[in-house]
Amino acid sequence: MKLLLIEDDASAAAYLVKAFRELGHSIDHASDGLDGYAMAADGRYDVLIVDRMIPRMDGLALIRALREQAIETPALILSALGQVDDRVKGLRAGADDYLPKPYAFSELLARVEILSRRARIAPTEETTFRVADLELDRLSHRVTRAGVEIDLQPREFRLLEYLMRHAGQVVTRTMLLEHVWDYHFDPQTNVIDVHVSRLRAKIDKNHTVQLIHTIRGAGYTLRETSR
Amino acid sequence: MQDIHFVKRLGRLFRTTAFKLAIGILLIFTIFAITILVYVGFSAQRLLDEQVSVTVSEEIKGLLGQYNIGGVVRLVRQIERRSQQPGSSLYLVTSASGETLAGNIMSVESEGLLEAGTYELFYRVIEDGEPRPHRALVETVILPGGFRLMVGRDLAETARFRAVIWRTGGWSILFVLALAVTGGVFVARRVLTRIDQMTETTRLIMAGDFSGRLTVSGTDDELDRLAQSLNTMLERIQELMKGLKEVSDNIAHDLKTPLTRLRNSAEEALRNSRSVDDLRLALDHVIDEADGLIKLFNALLMIARAEAGGAFDRGDNLDLSAIAHDVAELYEPLADEAGMKLIVKANAPIEIRGSRELLGQALANLIDNAIKYSASREQEDTHQKNEITVAVERKNDVIELSVADRGPGIAEEDRGRVLDRFVRLETSRTRPGSGLGLSLAAAIARLHNGTLKLEDHAPGLRVVLSLPVMSKT
Repeated sequence: MKLLLIEDDASAAAYLVKAFRELGHSIDHASDGLDGYAMAADGRYDVLIVDRMIPRMDGLALIRALREQAIETPALILSALGQVDDRVKGLRAGADDYLPKPYAFSELLARVEILSRRARIAPTEETTFRVADLELDRLSHRVTRAGVEIDLQPREFRLLEYLMRHAGQVVTRTMLLEHVWDYHFDPQTNVIDVHVSRLRAKIDKNHTVQLIHTIRGAGYTLRETSR
Repeated sequence: MQDIHFVKRLGRLFRTTAFKLAIGILLIFTIFAITILVYVGFSAQRLLDEQVSVTVSEEIKGLLGQYNIGGVVRLVRQIERRSQQPGSSLYLVTSASGETLAGNIMSVESEGLLEAGTYELFYRVIEDGEPRPHRALVETVILPGGFRLMVGRDLAETARFRAVIWRTGGWSILFVLALAVTGGVFVARRVLTRIDQMTETTRLIMAGDFSGRLTVSGTDDELDRLAQSLNTMLERIQELMKGLKEVSDNIAHDLKTPLTRLRNSAEEALRNSRSVDDLRLALDHVIDEADGLIKLFNALLMIARAEAGGAFDRGDNLDLSAIAHDVAELYEPLADEAGMKLIVKANAPIEIRGSRELLGQALANLIDNAIKYSASREQEDTHQKNEITVAVERKNDVIELSVADRGPGIAEEDRGRVLDRFVRLETSRTRPGSGLGLSLAAAIARLHNGTLKLEDHAPGLRVVLSLPVMSKT
């Protein structure tokens, strides 16, 4: 991935730059809004990671300005303001995702990966998802594994759909809560884990190849082979 | 020293509002009184002057009558007779050459002959053996043959009268002034004493003694009312301070505990880990602890934000029943794992105005609590399965969102307390949780102009979040 980080806190920026480079991504860093805008303006990045409060040009204003220039590079806002209305303001300004500080790096990575994938793949809606011998048909709401139909609750179906849409990518618990239940709060207990383990029981039981994998400290991924 | 102190006190007295007000009113009244006095004085004087001139003209008329009957001789005789009478007017008859023919005036302070008309002039009167000039109002007529008849009245009396008026007026104004100044000083001092008391009390309070209260004299005057509202304010401040102290104590405890655990884990990893896997495990543990801290922090911030209120925009129109179903569905597997049944009683859509996110979170916290605290209870009676009921219902003008469980419940005396931040009953200290769930739900309820109540579910606990019915505007 080719990323641009716009963040004024030097140590946080250095940490993120190092972490992304170690994972083999290319990442540039701008320490204020104007520089960031200038760098982002030609649209050669896959994802922008923008701190909400940066000098010389506010993060929201920056994204708004880019969108007015028809530069649709996916942008993720990092903000110390994590309240509901702050998130709404961020998304309204044209950002694609919003991550309140403090965050886990795995969470940021998972979200950035999803955004970058979304940018690269044309947003044509597929009607069926297929991973190994697991198949999900969005139109008929049918799920089969090795040709055997699996009976899923509506919410389980949506959970699986989200996992399959992002097959091979790590999705975090908060991402699942956001996209499957449309809530952004922090569930106090492991509610998501219970849902996933139920789904896993229906999908992977009696199969030698496990498809739903737990990524420790990050979340889940659906793929054919465990890494 | 004493003098300086006195002067300072006096200065403060003069600067009081009461004193300034008294002086202001005093000035207005003084101006008013002087105006009246001047008006009355001048009117009285004019009246007296008029009376004098009327008397004089009447007498002239009478004397001219006598003259017409018997000529100058009769006139002179008449005047001589009138002059004898006590308190008589002033008379003078002169020949054309200015010789005095009759009258009671020795000499007139004017050169030459008397002129016709009404005017004031000075004449001399022998007082204490010396001639003194007296002012008089006179009227003079010229008779045929150049005789001059002058009749006048001494003005000393009216002058005396005038002086009396002015003097009395002046004294009464002075008296009023003195009275007003004394009154002003008295009132100002009274106010000053009480204000000083208040200042002294507030200074004590500022110094840190929050138990102090302003004295209320019981007269229900404006200072009393001020003192009362200040006392109410102090009460509230003391309450807030107490709350703040409790919160900071609790923060100290509840943040330090996981921080200490985190530190211990890191330290132990450094000391005891022999392999990379050991270190990795320890670091994972450290991250888990840090995540817990972040969650705690987020919850705290959220409560602070919810309690500050302001930033919450009016919200959207929501169906509370849908939220209840959504959140219950989210927690259903968790309840199931804990061996409980989650029942939702919310059939008809109930519209409210608010934040889906916040209400969802509040409900999630309540259900989470219900699962956590009633899960472990052994149920001997298998018929009464450990069930949690989430209900949305409209009761008159409130909408109630309730979560009822069959757990151990909360003793009545503890119910108010558990809504406070970080309060975790001793029985639950050992379980996971931040102790913020209920207070966050309560803060969210307040943010929606609602309340959060804990009730006995006999057995169990029923938590009710009441929201006002959406107005039709």
